[in-house]
Amino acid sequence: MSDLTLEAQEHVHHPFLQHQFEDLGQQHEASTLGMWVFLATEILFFGGVLMAYWIYRVIYPEAWALAGEQQNTLAGGTNTLVLIVSSLTMACAVRAAQLGSRRGTLALLFATLFFGCVFLGIKSYEYNAHWHEGLFPGLHFTWNEDPALAPKVQLFMVFYWGLTGLHALHMVIGVGLLVWIISRAWRSQFGPEYYSPVEVMGLYWHFVDIVWIFLFPFLYLIPHFGVHHG
Amino acid sequence: MADVHAAPHHITPLRTYFMVFAALAIGTLLTWYASTVDLGAWNTPIALIIATTKAVLVILFFMHVIYSTRLTWVVVIASFVWLAMLFVLTFTDYLTRAWQIY
Repeated sequence: MSDLTLEAQEHVHHPFLQHQFEDLGQQHEASTLGMWVFLATEILFFGGVLMAYWIYRVIYPEAWALAGEQQNTLAGGTNTLVLIVSSLTMACAVRAAQLGSRRGTLALLFATLFFGCVFLGIKSYEYNAHWHEGLFPGLHFTWNEDPALAPKVQLFMVFYWGLTGLHALHMVIGVGLLVWIISRAWRSQFGPEYYSPVEVMGLYWHFVDIVWIFLFPFLYLIPHFGVHHG
Repeated sequence: MADVHAAPHHITPLRTYFMVFAALAIGTLLTWYASTVDLGAWNTPIALIIATTKAVLVILFFMHVIYSTRLTWVVVIASFVWLAMLFVLTFTDYLTRAWQIY
């Protein structure tokens, strides 16, 4: 192959096509597959903690019932809806990028960012309330309702703070990634040919939504139903 | 060979996204409502079924798995098979420990 043809090839190459890929389609395929492999590790990461949560729910149903009643179902439910809306705007942002609409992509990414921040705001409000109720595990943990169950209620709160904390950490990372994707969209780097970063960002965002879809019933809605058959 | 990699970039109709969104919102309200009614042993399974249905909808449509290649399907399914192994094998232990008492 002569230098001329190589140079000609360079010209048709998309600026974001990495040299190891044949074309943007293959690169897109590799990007999404790679993200899914990462999400597989995330599924098992959250799965391990949830597994431990379920074991203790089976062992201490009474404490789980009491602790579950301390949760703010309205705040948790609102946050579930907020995340679902943010997933819709994220999915539509990917679609806008596919269609080559810079304005649409930006507007929808900003909407996703906004709903992500609303989620974190409501979550902070809940954390603040639990902190003042003495429901943060540790030295200042207070539980006077049934002293015998106090250590077990505290264990529930360890799972509550641990699971929602890990989830909130993922949300914070997601918000950071969104800012980065928005800055790239701002510089018109995406279009119908190349939108893989928006798509991969979406995969991560939807995964974090799915985690919350499970955390909401587990931590807010059903802890008190363990007693009947426990 | 180039054609093999030129993956058809499927653009999901907005209607599909809105229908999935409506299903997710209804599912959220349904799981909340179900938690206010005492269904005995059924509360937990119902909450799990609703949450799993919502997750499957998100994975298939929002995450575009329904339009993706078989290789992606393999990774997605394998990760949940591993998760199922974790839960099923662990619970064969914990849920059967009480049996010796009866």
